[in-house]
Amino acid sequence: MSAPSLLAAARAQALRDLRLVWRRRGDAAQPLLFALMVVALFPLALGADPQQLARIAPGVLWVAVLLASLLTLDTLYRSDVEDGSLEQMLLAPVPLAWLLAVRVGVHWFTASLPLVVVTPLLAELLFLPADLLPVLMASLLLGTPLLSLMGAVVAALTVGIRRSGMLLALLALPLFLPVLVFGAGSVMAAAQGLPWIGALLLLGAGLALALVLAPLAAAAAIRIALN
Amino acid sequence: MNPVLLWFHQLGSPPVFDRFAARWVPVGFVLGLLTMAIGLYGALFVVPADYQQGDSFRILYIHVPAAWMSLFVYGLMAFYAVIALVWHIKLCEVLAMACAPIGALFTAVTLATGSIWGKPMWGTWWDWDPRLTSELVLLFLYLGVIGLNAAIEDRRAAARAAGFLAIVGVVLLPVIRYSVTWWNSLHQGATIKLFGESTMDASMTWPLWVMVLATKFWFVGSLLQRARADNLEREAGKDWARAAAGVER
Repeated sequence: MSAPSLLAAARAQALRDLRLVWRRRGDAAQPLLFALMVVALFPLALGADPQQLARIAPGVLWVAVLLASLLTLDTLYRSDVEDGSLEQMLLAPVPLAWLLAVRVGVHWFTASLPLVVVTPLLAELLFLPADLLPVLMASLLLGTPLLSLMGAVVAALTVGIRRSGMLLALLALPLFLPVLVFGAGSVMAAAQGLPWIGALLLLGAGLALALVLAPLAAAAAIRIALN
Repeated sequence: MNPVLLWFHQLGSPPVFDRFAARWVPVGFVLGLLTMAIGLYGALFVVPADYQQGDSFRILYIHVPAAWMSLFVYGLMAFYAVIALVWHIKLCEVLAMACAPIGALFTAVTLATGSIWGKPMWGTWWDWDPRLTSELVLLFLYLGVIGLNAAIEDRRAAARAAGFLAIVGVVLLPVIRYSVTWWNSLHQGATIKLFGESTMDASMTWPLWVMVLATKFWFVGSLLQRARADNLEREAGKDWARAAAGVER
């Protein structure tokens, strides 16, 4: 049997994953609802003073997106572990890291990108000044794939564990810290009239690095977890 | 084979390590207690009070060695984890996982003594200073390693997964440290430096070095003790382990 080309394998994997998400499209809306509710909690807790809300909006929006993508991490490998397709990916003639990269890509596209798309709506709820929105969107577009990639490594370590929800959060949050700092920091800097492009460039650099290294690290972690 | 190399290879065998650890654990603890007693005596009674901070600076003789150890132990844990993952040496898995709780405690001691010192000096228990924040993140990383190690049933798979996490943490630690510094400098100006560049007088430094040595000895004793217990637990079915535990066959 000859090995399929990398592109053919990626195409097959992406189509399968997209189809799986499509069949359960109700689940895909849950992160959006979660982020919306987190954002709605802040005005209820802090009072509806627009100025105060606008001041904390960048941080709140970033934390809401970060928590929502943290909660979706668990589904990244869960079903594949349960029905054994992860083991088939391990045995496939194409590199596991390549398949995982496609998997994470689809996951970002279906779980994180919708969050970024509804962010203008969430920003409006918190009275984020309109001129900060482009910076926020840019930081989210660079930051959310980075979260997905780093989360994929950590989630891979926990595939052998049945109840991994809280543990996954404990493992992933310290590693997400730099992304949050630079992501929310860039918008905060823009709000204060400071140069913000540097933080975005650093996020971009981190994303480039993670695109190369994270799939390899996730593949190594899967091999350790599945032995 | 070269005798040093031979000794090193033999030490990888669980029974040989058990005898080695049994011999060196008391040495580590006794030397640690002795140097600690000397260092604490020097720190509390011999060294003159600071002209600015009075007596409260004396907590530094615990704080600084513990802070150095918190980083050193993390590095050592990742080093063992690399060996365990690359060469599949079982003993290094045991040693790496034995490092984690000790390092976490050193980190906790660092944070606690720092807070106690900060209350009279800065007027606050906690400050979002980059140093404090990154030490807190270090504690989270330790807790993550311990938690992952505890969550997986199979002992070997658990140690290898947690070791991998430790390695990922080492790669990201400088990034976290840098990002926290950047984040803080964005929000406020110069923060209070823990030491500044103020050089300590030589009469004040010697107990510090003694305490640094004491924490190293204590760590060696504690690491070997924990590794020995874990090692015995993993080998519990073997004849030598039963004999060492005094179980009649």
